[in-house]
Amino acid sequence: MLTPEIVAAHGLTDEEYRKIVDLLGREPNYTELGVFSVMWSEHCSYKSSKPFLKRLPTKGKAVIQGPGENAGIVDIGNGLAAVFKMESHNHPSFIEPYQGAATGVGGILRDVFTMGARPVASLNSLRFGSFDHPRTRYLLSGVVAGIGGYGNSIGVPTVGGEVFFDESYNANILVNAFTLGIAKKRRIFKGRATGVGNPVIYVGAKTGRDGIHGATMASESFSEESEKKRPTVQVGDPFTEKLLLEACLDLMKTDLIVGIQDMGAAGLTSSSVEMAERGGTGVELELGRVPLREAGMTPYEILLSESQERMLLVAKKGREEQVKKIFQRWDLDAVVIGKVTKDRIYRALFNGVEVARIPVAALTSEAPVYHRPMERPAALDELQRLDLDTIPAPADVATALKLLLDSPNIASKEWVYRQYDHLVRSNTVVGPSADAAVIRIKGVKQGLALTVDGNGRYCFLDPYVGGILAVAEAARNLAAVGARPLGLSDCLNFGSPERPEVMWQFSQVIEGMRDACVVLGVPVVSGNVSFYNETDGVPIFPTPTIAMVGILPRVERHVTPWFKAAGDIVVLLGRTREELGGSEYLKIVHGLVKGTPPWIDLRLERAVQHACLKAIEKGIVRSAHDVSDGGLAVALAECCIAGPYKPLGARIELREMMRADALLFGESQSRIVVSVKEEDLERLKQIAAQEGAPVQAIGEVGGSRLSIQQLVQLPVEELRSIWAHGLERRLKEG
Amino acid sequence: MRWGVIVFPGSCDDHDVYDCLKRVLKQKVEFLWHKDRLNRNIDCVVLPGGFSYGDYLRCGAMGRFSPIMQDVVEFAGRGGLVLGTCNGFQTLCEAGLLPGALVRNASLQFVCRPVHLRVEETDTPFTSAAKKGQLLKLPVKHGEGCYYADDVLLKRLQKNRQVLLRYVDAKGRPVPGANPNGSIDNIAGVCNEGRNVFGLMPHPEDACEKILGSDDGLKIFSSIIAACGKGEKKAWAG
Repeated sequence: MLTPEIVAAHGLTDEEYRKIVDLLGREPNYTELGVFSVMWSEHCSYKSSKPFLKRLPTKGKAVIQGPGENAGIVDIGNGLAAVFKMESHNHPSFIEPYQGAATGVGGILRDVFTMGARPVASLNSLRFGSFDHPRTRYLLSGVVAGIGGYGNSIGVPTVGGEVFFDESYNANILVNAFTLGIAKKRRIFKGRATGVGNPVIYVGAKTGRDGIHGATMASESFSEESEKKRPTVQVGDPFTEKLLLEACLDLMKTDLIVGIQDMGAAGLTSSSVEMAERGGTGVELELGRVPLREAGMTPYEILLSESQERMLLVAKKGREEQVKKIFQRWDLDAVVIGKVTKDRIYRALFNGVEVARIPVAALTSEAPVYHRPMERPAALDELQRLDLDTIPAPADVATALKLLLDSPNIASKEWVYRQYDHLVRSNTVVGPSADAAVIRIKGVKQGLALTVDGNGRYCFLDPYVGGILAVAEAARNLAAVGARPLGLSDCLNFGSPERPEVMWQFSQVIEGMRDACVVLGVPVVSGNVSFYNETDGVPIFPTPTIAMVGILPRVERHVTPWFKAAGDIVVLLGRTREELGGSEYLKIVHGLVKGTPPWIDLRLERAVQHACLKAIEKGIVRSAHDVSDGGLAVALAECCIAGPYKPLGARIELREMMRADALLFGESQSRIVVSVKEEDLERLKQIAAQEGAPVQAIGEVGGSRLSIQQLVQLPVEELRSIWAHGLERRLKEG
Repeated sequence: MRWGVIVFPGSCDDHDVYDCLKRVLKQKVEFLWHKDRLNRNIDCVVLPGGFSYGDYLRCGAMGRFSPIMQDVVEFAGRGGLVLGTCNGFQTLCEAGLLPGALVRNASLQFVCRPVHLRVEETDTPFTSAAKKGQLLKLPVKHGEGCYYADDVLLKRLQKNRQVLLRYVDAKGRPVPGANPNGSIDNIAGVCNEGRNVFGLMPHPEDACEKILGSDDGLKIFSSIIAACGKGEKKAWAG
């Protein structure tokens, strides 16, 4: 008998339960209740976000597959396609950092290879609390080890990413994992159950009791009770996934299957339901045939388990034995557990006895959609108020620069990325230390660039502008290596949608992203939404992270951020404004998260990016680096010190008249620092003028010091030492 | 000559070696499935990097029991050339084809970064294209690459000149800071007494083209090609 307590424990409201009864025309049984609870969870149903997500542009010249499949797909020429997606694994990673992060990587890899693509590069976007918080070191070490432990063992390089620290994430970290694969355009597979009578085949690891209700857990806020949810976190086995990857790719060389999908959140249930939904069919499963890791599992547990490294596929009838043979070669289970039916009913049997019978539509298109109340946070006006006259100008900006380079948000992330294999598959042309990673594609001229960006602080201060800036920065990072954007995948990490302020932030971020995507011409092809990122009623900064993929017509023409040779001219594309709102400087030096984020004009942004791209394509750019956290002085310092060889100095003269701190550390958008040979300066100026981008020569590479007017006169070796050790030093202090 | 690259379940760098040999060096190369027998036409067998059988036990401890390894042991016994990089090196140590052992990095962390290596000996089929004392820049990427040998073995390795590569700094000095994993005596690669089996932790296959940052890895492969060209293969052609 289903009591109101049982219903509530499944995360379903009374109203939702009544809707279930209406849809079924009867009370559900316990197993069916479990199925509804995961399929209607925020994580699987997008019930609060759906109406907003439709606002995002999803079409473009290169788009082959937009949102709605396991991953998005864009055309990259020569009959090839890039298949990519980013997904969050925030809740599990906070509860159990190593396994949570590891299975996040495992899940996103499956989303990509299930479409017929060989995964060739991963990124990740991480947010942790302040180093003052006792758990930060533990969480950081665990997450990084988990990402490495899974990604390294499966042989997919982690070529880039970002890490950001702020108190806002003290009790709710973010782990967003991205993978890109390459497929032949003609050999793309989808998660569809078609062909009545076709067998449904289960492949991969056996099913255990791990991860039951993971999707529901991911759809709730944290409290002190969260520690007790550790058993809902799955345990990863990268070895089995590696076998599964190779076996699936072998299978996909054949014509034996009609559809395939990974078992991710909500396991067997969501994979089979979604495949039936997309196929316009029903499925019938015999749960007694599912390979089990332990005896005595109930149908409820089998349907809801989130055991990892499992896939569901629909084969052509009569080809079952051939499918099995391929998996046997890799020592994997492949078992027929059901068939495709015509009646659009989701039916599960257990040893011949029916345990669930639900119309597919009731779990998918009929799932609730909420237009939740929205309200602009009352505190926002006060937060946005920033009178620069009340901010004391630092007596010594050189010291402020050193403080910024030491900030864990700006300091080198080598401690993190050296734990990731970023080279395997021998395609990595530019690895994790640049604005964007660049990989080659063997056998063709073009290359791909990948980046992931997002600034929660900006979104907290103005979610609309923050949404714009996240997309703009990602595109600018691609431009800085010489790549034009093809598409993006996003993870939208927010607090509880039941909080009107959070829903307002969400809607504003989407509008901002939308406007930036339209002007910059970047379609959204995949992504996910992660709500309920809050603990004890305090939401995180609204944090959209944007993973963008771009193409370089000739991979050898890529550009890196660091200065190349003494005598080169340093040029600023874009314009510096007197603004400090939301900056890393304001946070680090003055302890403030305040003001409005930097102003942006998307047409100017586009002009600056196009100027940079054109100059790179003409082959005259020696280095290019986006100006972001820490402003111009930090960007210039990074150009001097962030390269793989001996640091190079520079003499810089800035003409703008404004406060020194705003000039050096303000985070004005739409700026790229480039360097060119002296004889190419006029050419660069012409290109910038044609594109309508502001351009000015601001100095020259050379010497052993970074000097900016009389304000900064520092040996680059000293700057490098501070920047190189900022993060590692804090980890060792713990 | 013909190359064979073994594919263990969990091999990751098999594709990298294959691609380097086939596309960059235009060699005849084939994948060898770990459950199969070793094809007798093969001149050099490569055990690639990766995580054979997941390496949930000691690295390479399971890999050495793959069916093909029996043939590899016999092939090496006949003087056949065997190259093991990273997980391949670990597997060769586990199989007893190379002396010593590889244990957890001193840092207890996986490490992926470029290192400088000094070529210590050149009278082997794996290093003949290099000059003695020459520096190579290759990447390492491993969690268990700390080479261990006891004093007796260490002396024997030195006496027989079996240490082929050492981790050094950019100036060629084998200082502790240049050692990415705590290997004893900064040892990065060793050969057997017969000098036909070579294992190294760095990855030459990931440094064979300038666009990847270094092509120093070619020194290793071109040494092997030169050795086979000279007809040294007669020694083991059965």
